[in-house]
Amino acid sequence: MSDAVLKVRDLRTQFHTKAGALKAVDGVSFEVARGRILGLVGESGSGKSVTGYSILGLIEAPGEIAGGEVLLDGVDVTRLKGEALRRVRGAKIAMVFQDPMMTLNPVLKIGTQMIAAVRAHDKVSRKVAWERSRAALAKVGIPSPEERLDAYPHQLSGGMRQRVAIAIALLHSPAVIIADEPTTALDVSIQGQILAEVRRLADDTGTAFVWVTHDLAVVSSLADDICVMYAGKVVETGAAAEVIASPRHPYTAGLLASVPAEHEPGERLPQVPGSTPSLANLPPGCAFAPRCFKAGPACTTTPPVQHFEGGRTALCHYPIESDSCPPPSSTSAAYQNAS
Amino acid sequence: MSLDAETRWTRLAGFWSDFRQSPVAVAALIVIVSVVLMAVLAPLVTPQDPYNQQTLDLFDARLEPGETGSGGYVHWLGTDAAGRDVYSAILYGLRTSLIVGVSAGFCALLLGTTVGLVAAYYGGRVEAVIMRIIDLQLSLPAILLALVLVAMLGQGMPQLIGALTAAQYAYFARTTHGAASAERRKDYIEAALSTPLPARQVLFRHLLPNALPPLIVVATVQVANSIALEATLSFLGLGLPLTQPSLGSLISNGFQFLLSGRYWISIYPGIALMLTVVAINLVGDQVRYVLNPRRSR
Amino acid sequence: MIGFLIQRVLQALMVVIAMSIIVFLGVYAIGNPIDVMIDPASDQALREALIHRYGLDRPLIEQYFVFMNNMLHGDFGESFIYRLPVINLIFSRFPATLELALTAMLIATCLGIPLGLWAGYKPEALSSRAIMAFSVLGFSVPTFWVGLLLIMVFAVELGWLPSGGRGPTTTVFGIPMSITSLEGWSYIILPAFNLALFKLGLLIRLTRAGTSEVMSSDFVRFARAQGLSEGKVVGLHVLKNISIPIVTVFGLELGSTLAFAVVTETVFNWPGMGKLIIDSITVLDRPVMVAYLILVVFLFVLINLVVDLVYGQLDPRIRVKAAS
Repeated sequence: MSDAVLKVRDLRTQFHTKAGALKAVDGVSFEVARGRILGLVGESGSGKSVTGYSILGLIEAPGEIAGGEVLLDGVDVTRLKGEALRRVRGAKIAMVFQDPMMTLNPVLKIGTQMIAAVRAHDKVSRKVAWERSRAALAKVGIPSPEERLDAYPHQLSGGMRQRVAIAIALLHSPAVIIADEPTTALDVSIQGQILAEVRRLADDTGTAFVWVTHDLAVVSSLADDICVMYAGKVVETGAAAEVIASPRHPYTAGLLASVPAEHEPGERLPQVPGSTPSLANLPPGCAFAPRCFKAGPACTTTPPVQHFEGGRTALCHYPIESDSCPPPSSTSAAYQNAS
Repeated sequence: MSLDAETRWTRLAGFWSDFRQSPVAVAALIVIVSVVLMAVLAPLVTPQDPYNQQTLDLFDARLEPGETGSGGYVHWLGTDAAGRDVYSAILYGLRTSLIVGVSAGFCALLLGTTVGLVAAYYGGRVEAVIMRIIDLQLSLPAILLALVLVAMLGQGMPQLIGALTAAQYAYFARTTHGAASAERRKDYIEAALSTPLPARQVLFRHLLPNALPPLIVVATVQVANSIALEATLSFLGLGLPLTQPSLGSLISNGFQFLLSGRYWISIYPGIALMLTVVAINLVGDQVRYVLNPRRSR
Repeated sequence: MIGFLIQRVLQALMVVIAMSIIVFLGVYAIGNPIDVMIDPASDQALREALIHRYGLDRPLIEQYFVFMNNMLHGDFGESFIYRLPVINLIFSRFPATLELALTAMLIATCLGIPLGLWAGYKPEALSSRAIMAFSVLGFSVPTFWVGLLLIMVFAVELGWLPSGGRGPTTTVFGIPMSITSLEGWSYIILPAFNLALFKLGLLIRLTRAGTSEVMSSDFVRFARAQGLSEGKVVGLHVLKNISIPIVTVFGLELGSTLAFAVVTETVFNWPGMGKLIIDSITVLDRPVMVAYLILVVFLFVLINLVVDLVYGQLDPRIRVKAAS
């Protein structure tokens, strides 16, 4: 993937607390090419959102980017400061957040907020900025955009607000859009519409997406590639179809097993036992070992090694074998036994 | 829900370890303790009883700080127009100020808490009327109410304490009412009320404890406010007479000499007043911070 | 919206009437003004005559109705001391107080909002800590004491500014004003700053609290992600959001500034209403006391009403509620 627009290399983000430095993002690497959608998957606390914020330099004290690089067309964004960083944000890399209730300022009209976003990068008149905002709203499928521009956020539904946020992200045709769980707070039907819209945008405009989510069902229908995170580390990467069809990392397998669509109605959903470990005291070996059904003696003492296979990677001592790959139901059986 | 002595002790210890995180607040607390000690021990640590006419000598009037008077001792902070040692006057004045401030704060606490609890306990019309009056009173500045009350009641220590209490109880009433009525709506209180348990028990064992942390904060700040308000009233000539002086009356007494450069007669009592009031406020700030349940740890 | 307005106005009227009763009873029920007005040694006939003249021998309730009736006709009675209609007396002093209060509010706003913004924007900076320490001083140190210090430093020691009084005024639209001349400013600046201190402390705290809350909100993060400059983030998002609580509290504080002027006017010998009321209280000049209190209550209620309405205009969420 030499045509990647965004390359994240060994990114490390820490939060300094009384308990010491928490490594929320610990050596994360991935790449996204033009027009491709990368699903960045993980449970809450896995560091996936922090990864998104780190790419845009939105980490605030007591957090800091401790190492690694974020290359956008060869420029390391983590080294940019002040005005140079501002010129990248929104123009080259844009971001959409999870909660559409919170990301728009409740006391400013949509139009005011969009015009400010346009004029942050292009010195155009308010009139031109208004016209461009109108066009952007129309592009994401918002009916009668003129009226929406004159409305306050609370007068719009959740789905509409999220479309507005996406329209704002699209204003400057950025090379990359980072979407942090943008459909989590929405109804399933609206979620479907927005996912279709995003797919179309990626194909038509060549915008690359990093789609941060905990929902594998969303990723399977949207993403080209998948990057699974656990406790601040990338545990598995690969093409979406391959990873979902035959996961290599036991954690990915566990996540897949708990997707409702894979089960009969009424059947008890298997869950990955235990919960996300606290970043303050991670075990010396593999962070997932205490919850893993395949864990062996090496897992609790030695950090796992990177396992390569074609275009895929898995960070595991005992990755699931390709031909002995269990279908999701048998994996879930393994998990039910473990729990 | 009564806590045994041990949990109370651990709670107090936890409170103290949080409190001392701020060196400023600890310093302020030390200032308060020393001020109170000096006021209480005033007769022992001052060279003169400033209000015993026999010990005053007009020859000593308006001595500058550091001069030695006819008493044979040094007036470190000078003397006023009647020959009073300013240092001694400050400590005696501090006594009066603290007595007025603490009594008014305490009376306002009692009255306000009772009113707030009654409103929260009875609810309905009683609550609506009481809280309407409280809100109305809170919208008027305390200084104005105190002025009117002092004008109505006349001068003197009990009248002054009464006026300050009436001017300030509303803060306590609103705080108590807020905390208690939030608790009142919870199911277990409804349950307790439907049993033949005496109302007193519900009031004092369930509603009151919930209002305590914010009340402590309000009480601290209100004592400082009482002292400041009393000083203001006395300065305006509506508080205590100079025969029973507080820091405010001392400052007022020296005000006329300020323009002629004899700053010490009113500036030193003022510094004492400022130290006391600011120290209490700083301690109050830190207590508020420590007791805030929303504080991130 | 009209219904809402009428409801608020009715409420305000009830408050004024209730307060007028309380104030009347409170002030008239105690003390005997005749003792203050005449020499205690004077004969009984003169006393009786005076008591009769001021209607003090009639039942309290009758006195109240007479008083209310007169008041509605703009007649607040005659000062026992000055022997002048109270309304004239108060209105002759009102412009001085209003000018002082408004200048103080202006100072508090022009200093308090930028300082509070800075303290909320950079909470860890040394300068921010200094600002916050200053704000604690601002509202815990008694006003009169700060006034004294100001006089001592700027009038006595440095000799830059006059120690009190109002100095010469220029008449604008028939109202004597200080702030229209440089010399007037030299008289008003110290008392106005003194009166502003408390509000300044309050305003810094309010602005800082609002700013730090808004700065940690998602929409500020989103605005930054859009590449908005920090100036724009603060100027557009933060200012608009904190303006709502600030306007509310500030409006309400205008009333208390008028009340607090009592202290500042006494310290700086400023010829306003506050000085008048203090003098009236010390000599028990009841009509002046009552009229002053009712006027202040009226101003309070009026300000509250205006703040309520402005609040609705500023917050679109409230506006919707009021309309529906």
